[in-house]
Amino acid sequence: MTALSDVSTHAMASARWRIGEVAFWILALACAFLFPSRYLIMTDIVRLGLFALSLDLILGYAGIVSLGHAAFFGVGAYAAGLLALHGIINEPVIALVAAGLVAAALGFVTSFLVIRGVDLTRLMVTLGIALLLEALAERFSDITGGTDGLQGIEMQPILGLFAFDMFGKTGFFYSLIVLFILFLLARRVVHSPFGLSLRAIRNNPLRAAAIGVPVNRRLIAVYTLAAFYAGIAGALFTQTTALASLDVFAFERSADLMLVLVIGGTGYLYGGLIGAVVFKMLQELFQSITPQYWLFWIGLVLVVIVMVGRARIHRWVLFVPNLIIRQFAGRKAVVAVPESEAS
Amino acid sequence: MASILTNLFDGVAYGMLLFVLACGLAVTLGLMNFVNLAHGAFAMAGGYICAVLVNNSGWPFFAALPLAFVGSALIGIALERTLYRHLYSRSHLDQVLFSIGLVFMSVAAVDYIMGSSRVFIKLPAALEGQIDLFGVGIGRYRLMIVVICGLLTLGLQLILAKTRFGSRLRAAVDDPRAAIGLGINVPQVFAFTFAFGCGLAGLGGALSAEILGLDPYFPLKFMIYFLIVVTVGGSSSITGPFLASLLLGIADVAGKYYVPKVGPFVIYTVMIVILLWRPNGLFGRTAAR
Amino acid sequence: MTIALETRNLEKSFGGLRVTRDLSLKVMQGARHALIGPNGAGKTTVINQLTGVLTPNSGGILLEGHDITGLSVHRRVLRGLSRTFQINQLYADLTPLETIGLAVSERMGRGGDWWRRMGTRSDINAEIAEILSRFHLLDVMTELTSTLPYGKQRLLEIAVAIAAKPRVLLLDEPAAGVPESERHDILAAVAALPREVTVLLIEHDMDLVFSFADRISVLVNGGLLTEGAPDEVARDPQVRAVYLGEAADA
Repeated sequence: MTALSDVSTHAMASARWRIGEVAFWILALACAFLFPSRYLIMTDIVRLGLFALSLDLILGYAGIVSLGHAAFFGVGAYAAGLLALHGIINEPVIALVAAGLVAAALGFVTSFLVIRGVDLTRLMVTLGIALLLEALAERFSDITGGTDGLQGIEMQPILGLFAFDMFGKTGFFYSLIVLFILFLLARRVVHSPFGLSLRAIRNNPLRAAAIGVPVNRRLIAVYTLAAFYAGIAGALFTQTTALASLDVFAFERSADLMLVLVIGGTGYLYGGLIGAVVFKMLQELFQSITPQYWLFWIGLVLVVIVMVGRARIHRWVLFVPNLIIRQFAGRKAVVAVPESEAS
Repeated sequence: MASILTNLFDGVAYGMLLFVLACGLAVTLGLMNFVNLAHGAFAMAGGYICAVLVNNSGWPFFAALPLAFVGSALIGIALERTLYRHLYSRSHLDQVLFSIGLVFMSVAAVDYIMGSSRVFIKLPAALEGQIDLFGVGIGRYRLMIVVICGLLTLGLQLILAKTRFGSRLRAAVDDPRAAIGLGINVPQVFAFTFAFGCGLAGLGGALSAEILGLDPYFPLKFMIYFLIVVTVGGSSSITGPFLASLLLGIADVAGKYYVPKVGPFVIYTVMIVILLWRPNGLFGRTAAR
Repeated sequence: MTIALETRNLEKSFGGLRVTRDLSLKVMQGARHALIGPNGAGKTTVINQLTGVLTPNSGGILLEGHDITGLSVHRRVLRGLSRTFQINQLYADLTPLETIGLAVSERMGRGGDWWRRMGTRSDINAEIAEILSRFHLLDVMTELTSTLPYGKQRLLEIAVAIAAKPRVLLLDEPAAGVPESERHDILAAVAALPREVTVLLIEHDMDLVFSFADRISVLVNGGLLTEGAPDEVARDPQVRAVYLGEAADA
C-alpha cells in the first residue's frame, strides 16, 4: 500500500524536528555563555519572544487580530507581583503557573466577546478590554500601587535552590527554560489535529464549519491558551525585574508585539522568537540614535514595512531567513492574513 | 436638579465634540472600509495649528479655527494621495499596522517639536465663564461648542441629503463598484471625503484643547473614544455616530460625576455590552464586507 | 422508501425580496435528486438554509426525520449532512493531505485532540489514502491548495465533503467552471458516489443532470414549479418555456 505509506510519511513530516530548529535552541543556550554580561537584555528578548509566541497562536494560527494582548501580560505580571509581595505563594514556579492561570481565566471569559463580530469589532473589544484593565489598575491603586506600581517585591529562590541574582543570570536561565517548555507544548498543539483545525478556521471559517469543526469552541480554547502564555510572560517580567506598574498594560506593548510578529512572520511559531531578537536589536539601535524619540523610528519601520508590503519584504530582505524557515517548518512562513483580503 | 441639567448639557457638548472629531473616521470606514487608527493625529495637528496661531502669532481664536480645519485637510490630502490610497485593498491588519505606525511617528514628532506638556489655547474673554439660563449654569465655551458642532452636523446632513456630491458619496458608500459603473469618480470622492474628515478632525482638535487637553499623546489617549463612536454608531450613516457620540458623551460625564471611583470604565463597559448585544454596532448594517 | 431530507413550507426573505417561497421538498433515501432552475431561482439559498448557513424565516427542515432547523452548521455535519460549495471553499494555505486529514479527524471525533501529532494514527491515514486515491489527488497531496489547477481544486472540494462520510450530500454545481479536459474526473467521481449516500445536486449542465439524476425538481423564483422523473420534466412545456428553452438555445 504505497499510498498509505506515502500519506503517513508526509503527514508526519511537518512535525519532525529539523536541524535548523535544533541549531536555534543550541544557539539560544550558547548565548548564556557567549554573552555573560548581557543577561538582562537577553532575558528581555526571551520574555518578549514568549509574549510574541502567545500572540502568534491566535494571530498566526487562528487568525484573530488582537490589539489588546497586553491585557493578559499585565494580569499575569500583577498576579505574580501580588502573590510575591503579600507572601501568598512564595515559590516562584508555582506562582508563575498560578499567575498564568489567572490570565487564562480572563482569556476564557473574554473569548466569548472576541469570537463575535467582524475584524473591527474584535479589534475594538480587545483594545477596550486592555484599556479597561489599565484603568482598573490605576483606579484601585491601593492594591496595585497606581502609577508607581508595586514596590518592594522580593523573590524567593526558585524551587528553594536558585536565588535570583543581581546580574540576572538566574533570571535568564529561568526564563529560557520556561520558554522552552512552553514552546514544546505549543509545538505539540500546533502539529495536532486541533492545531490543524485552527489553521483551517483561519483560512476559511465557513468551510471549517462545513466539515464539522466546532469553530467557536476551538477559538475559545486557543484564545485561553494564548492568554495563559501571555500571563506567564508577564509573570516572568515581574519575577525577574521585581517590578509591576501600569506600563504592563500599555497600548505600546501590544503595538510592539505586532511589530515583532511582522518582522518575524507568523504561523510557524519561530516568528515571535526571531522577531523578538531583531526587534530588540532595532530598539537598541534607535535608542542610541535618539533616546527619547525612538517611538518615531518604530513607527517609521511599521509604515515602511506595510507600504512595501509584508510579503515582499519577507521575500527580499528575509530571503536567507526564509531558507532557514524552510528548515524549521518545512514550508514558507505565512504572513498573518492573506495580503489581498480586504474584509 | 440644576446640576443634572448642567451635567446633561456638559455631556451633550462633549458628545457633539466627539462627533465632530470622529465622524471623519466613520465616513472613512464606511466609505473605504479603511481602519484608520491615526485619525486622532489629524485632530492633534489641527489643535496645534490653532494653538500656534493664537498663542504665538496672536491670531484671534475664531479666525484660527478655520485654519485648523484647512491645515488638517491639507495634511490629509497629502497623505491620502501618497500613502493611504495604496492601502485600500489591503487587509485590516495591514491598515491597523500602518496607521499605528503613523500615530507613533506623529506623537514622537510633535513631542520633539512642541514639547511634551499640555498646550492651552488663549481664549477670547467672551468664551470664559458661565451664563445663567433659567437658573442652570451653562459654560460659555461649551455653549459655543454645541452651537458650532450643531451647525456642522446640520450642514453635513444637508450636504449629504441635498447636494449632488452628497448623493455621489452615498452611492459610493453603498456600493463602490456600482457607483463607478454609474460614472461617479469614486477615487476623487474618496480623496475629498478623506480630506474633509481630516479637516473636521482638525477643527475638533482645536475645539477640544480646552476640554479634553492637547498634548503629543492626544492621538493615543483618545483613539479608543473615536473607535467606540464608530463601532457603536456603525459606519453606514452619520446619524448612527451622532447618536453614539451623544450617548458616549453623556455617559462619560455622568460616570465621572456620579460614580467617580469607576468613571472611565463606564464607557468601556458600555461599549463591550453594546458590542456583545449588537456585534455590528447599534446602527450598523450586518457587515457584508 | 424513507425520506432522507425534507423541507416543509420553507420561507426566506431578504428585506422585501422573497427568495424562498413555501418550499416543500422531499429527497428520498438513496436518491439521485437534481435541483434545477434558471439563474437567480434561489437554489444556492436553499442549500444554505439546508446546511444552516442561512436561517429561514419560517418552515422546517428535517434530516432523516429529525428536525434540524435550529442546529448550527457543524452539528448538522455531525448528523450526516455534508455539502460542496459552488465557488470552491478550500483552505488556501493547506495541502490536500491536510485538508482531507482534518476532515477525517473531525469525523472520527479526533479533531479536538491537541496532544497527538497528526499522522500518527494508522486508521486515519488509511482513510486519507483511500480518499486521496479515489479522487486522483495522491500526486498533489503535498502541494498548497492555492497552487492546484482548478479541476483538482474542484475534486478536492468534493473529496472534502465525502470525507465527512455523509449520509446526505448536497452538491452545488460540482462541474461549474471546470475546463473540458478535467470534467471527466469530476463526472466520474460524482457517478461513483456510494449508492447508500443520498445526493441532492444543483447543476446547470443538463448532460450531467440527465445522466445522473433519477428525480428532478425545478425551482423558479424561489418556488417549486414542478418535479418528477427526468423524462417527464424534460417534456413538461412549462419547464421548457422557463428553463430548458434557454438551455436548448445555448
